[in-house]
Amino acid sequence: MSTLGFAMLVHEPLDRAAQVAQVWAEAGCPIVIHVDKVVPDPVYDAFVAGFADLPQVRFCARRHCEWGTWSLVAATQAAAAQMLAEFPEVRHVYLASGSCLPLRPTDALRDYLDANPKTDFIESVTTRDVPWIIGGLDAERFSFSFPFSWKRQRLLFDLWVGAQRKVGRHRPIPEGITPHLGSQWWCLTRQTLSAILEDPKRKLYERYFRRVWIPDESYFQTLVRLYSPRIESRSLTLSKFDFLGKPHIFYDDHLQLLRRSDCFVARKIWPRAERLYAAFLDDRISLAEAAEPNPGKIDRIFARAVEQRTRGRSGLYMQSRFPHWDWENGRTAAPYTVLSGFGDLFEDFPDWLSRVAECLTHGHLYAPERAEFAGGQEVFAGALSDSAALRDYHPTAFLTNLIWNTRGERQSFLFGPKDNQDIAWFLAADPNAHISIISGAWAVPLYHANRNFSELRETAAACQKIESACIDMLRSPQTKARVRIWTMAEFLEQPLERLGMLVEEIGMRNGRRLAEAPRLRPLDGFGQFLQNLKNQGMQPHLMGDFPAGFDPVEATRNAQKPYAVR
Amino acid sequence: MKAIERYRLRLQRKRFLVRSWRKSRALELAVDRTSGIRRGDVLCFLTLRNEQVRLPYLLSYYRDRGVGHFLIVDNNSTDGLREYLIEQPDCSVWTTNAGYKAARFGMDWMNFLLGRYGHGHWCLTIDADEFLVYPFCDTRSLPALTYWLQASAIRSFGAMLVDMYPKGPMDAQTYRAGQDPFEIASWFDPGNYTINRNRLYYNLWIQGGPRARVFFRDAPAKAPALNKIPLVHWDRRYVYASSTHALLPRGLNLVYDEWGGEKASGCLLHAKFLSTFAGKAEEELQRRQHYAGSREYRAYHDRLRDNPDLWTRWSERYINWRQLETLGLMSKGNWA
Repeated sequence: MSTLGFAMLVHEPLDRAAQVAQVWAEAGCPIVIHVDKVVPDPVYDAFVAGFADLPQVRFCARRHCEWGTWSLVAATQAAAAQMLAEFPEVRHVYLASGSCLPLRPTDALRDYLDANPKTDFIESVTTRDVPWIIGGLDAERFSFSFPFSWKRQRLLFDLWVGAQRKVGRHRPIPEGITPHLGSQWWCLTRQTLSAILEDPKRKLYERYFRRVWIPDESYFQTLVRLYSPRIESRSLTLSKFDFLGKPHIFYDDHLQLLRRSDCFVARKIWPRAERLYAAFLDDRISLAEAAEPNPGKIDRIFARAVEQRTRGRSGLYMQSRFPHWDWENGRTAAPYTVLSGFGDLFEDFPDWLSRVAECLTHGHLYAPERAEFAGGQEVFAGALSDSAALRDYHPTAFLTNLIWNTRGERQSFLFGPKDNQDIAWFLAADPNAHISIISGAWAVPLYHANRNFSELRETAAACQKIESACIDMLRSPQTKARVRIWTMAEFLEQPLERLGMLVEEIGMRNGRRLAEAPRLRPLDGFGQFLQNLKNQGMQPHLMGDFPAGFDPVEATRNAQKPYAVR
Repeated sequence: MKAIERYRLRLQRKRFLVRSWRKSRALELAVDRTSGIRRGDVLCFLTLRNEQVRLPYLLSYYRDRGVGHFLIVDNNSTDGLREYLIEQPDCSVWTTNAGYKAARFGMDWMNFLLGRYGHGHWCLTIDADEFLVYPFCDTRSLPALTYWLQASAIRSFGAMLVDMYPKGPMDAQTYRAGQDPFEIASWFDPGNYTINRNRLYYNLWIQGGPRARVFFRDAPAKAPALNKIPLVHWDRRYVYASSTHALLPRGLNLVYDEWGGEKASGCLLHAKFLSTFAGKAEEELQRRQHYAGSREYRAYHDRLRDNPDLWTRWSERYINWRQLETLGLMSKGNWA
């Protein structure tokens, strides 16, 4: 007879559990099976009859098990006690469930345990050190009581927990034990297991653990610390839980992954994973004999899945990820540049910037007529339309879509007081937005416009009002964007250095030198234009100080030559 | 205020339930094979009208993915659809000549059948031109998905409608019965969708895609909704409130995460824009049995005269679900 015995907790569907039990029994291992009380008697009888020719398969008294309650521990105790009493040669008892699947031959597991005859394999860590505790109930599992069912009496459960939290309840923990937690699937030696089951203080501990939350993860895990000479704090069963405490499930397409893990048993398996059951039960493929279990790769895949479920992809808004304001963990997918005034001051500025800097520069994406995508395209990445109506229907989605769709290529666009301002606050609050403003530059196109002066004056007043509001907002403490604001006069003092700074920040396309400069629009007489506005009773203050005779021709002349920034 | 709102929605739900029973009197049983439904089967619910040409592929597509039984309302078809369905071994069929519009665009009939046969099952409610794509659908069946959903205590699964279209005019290639429609309509818009949250029903209101881009570019608010919740672990107290866009109780509509994470979701590939479309648009415009005075079909009609090409150089060609997930149209969530 075998030194390894299995205690199995099963409920419906029973056919897979039967298949697995059959395999273990045929390898000569005794099994004690606990079948949940919810299984109807005829089904149970048929299940038992299926093992008629295998005397080493026994069944223990049935009870109804409910997740999170003591009943699971009681069922385990019953099965384990029966195992120890009826099979005296058993040295290790392995606790398994009906949805467990052995990944390696039973002999390999037996050999492994024979090599570690005194070792208890049970995950057992103190609450302080467990990162995976779910639902905020960690230390509280042990200091509160949980008389209500989480599944059936959720309201009472929550109210009772809330009430205990309020009064700061602290149930006394029986003397001599330190609460430990861990996976409920363990493999213990006869010595340790019998010591737990025959402990004179068992009644006392039971009374305490009956009211602990999810005692199947803590009863044996705690008591094993009292008796075991050697604890290996890990489970031999590969069993992963997600962030809500629900088990990850294995399917046919995990076959290779499971094979390479070298684990002995995995759970939980989809009952209809035909290929998995066929591969691991019928074929009896033998693996490298002495391999240590190595679930690292599976761990990583499931960890990534949980990461996607809890953190998601930054900057993505979609049907199953629609975060509240400030919970986006990245309002947009990547950094981008917003330029105000540059298009007014320089000719063909977007083309120039696309050429020299590592970014694609659009025109005024929020222009009133249409979204001016780079190259005059009517449709852009992600099939975004240039229709102003579509864009203005949801200005923020337009931007977040654009940035998401162009991941990998940095975007910049022009913005100004004539554009749709609904996006402004979103820009200000987005740390990915790098905003550079030449304030007052909107006056340059007005200066060149062939329109009546009264009209120009009106437009100028409107632009100034909008831009000052925008600047005030960008200077507010809630702003998270990276903002740089020059008055037009400041900018024109050293236009080339400032442009160089901008390009360098985005990243230069070819090497470390600016090969060409954009062409400044003619500004001779601009000072007089501003003076005329003043004379008409409007005070243009955003462009800084331009004396009436100011004539920055020098700058333009310089700019036409190739030059180095430094 | 919250309590009043909740109570109002509760009343609305009850009204929908009563209404579905009332409207069910117009349903006439053609063939009942529901006794063949086994415990745990995934059921598929459909309202059809003159969709004979689509059915062979539709049925085989969902059979391959593990749907156990189809429950179908045939709304006055004249193209031999009924005769075809009656011969299928896994279809139960009801027929009716009553108005589609008067039955809230078929939803009353669906609600009735869902309540009567869907209780305790995972139920998929779709149209004849919608094909569900979900994470791992190339290696895992629908029952595998529903097993995980149930183990994770999730009751409803969202799948956004993705309009598929051909390159070139819609009538350039004729769709034949039994053909995979996405051999022709293999393109889609990868990233021009907008989302608003409905404060009352909690569902997301998604618009965009080629329909907004081409047919509603001047009136985007009127563009059709693309958000759908087609897969639900049904209870007889549930109802679909407006198409499959929203359910009651409204908690079922929370198929999205609001704290930065991603829940698992799929896509419904929408094979609407095929050679069959112009005829359909014309017919539906005559019947005037669609939502909001069939304004959607009016918009199509106006544009279809110049036979538009929905394709752009930024369209994506459909490959598989992983592509949709990379593009951010759907998500594995924490299903691995």
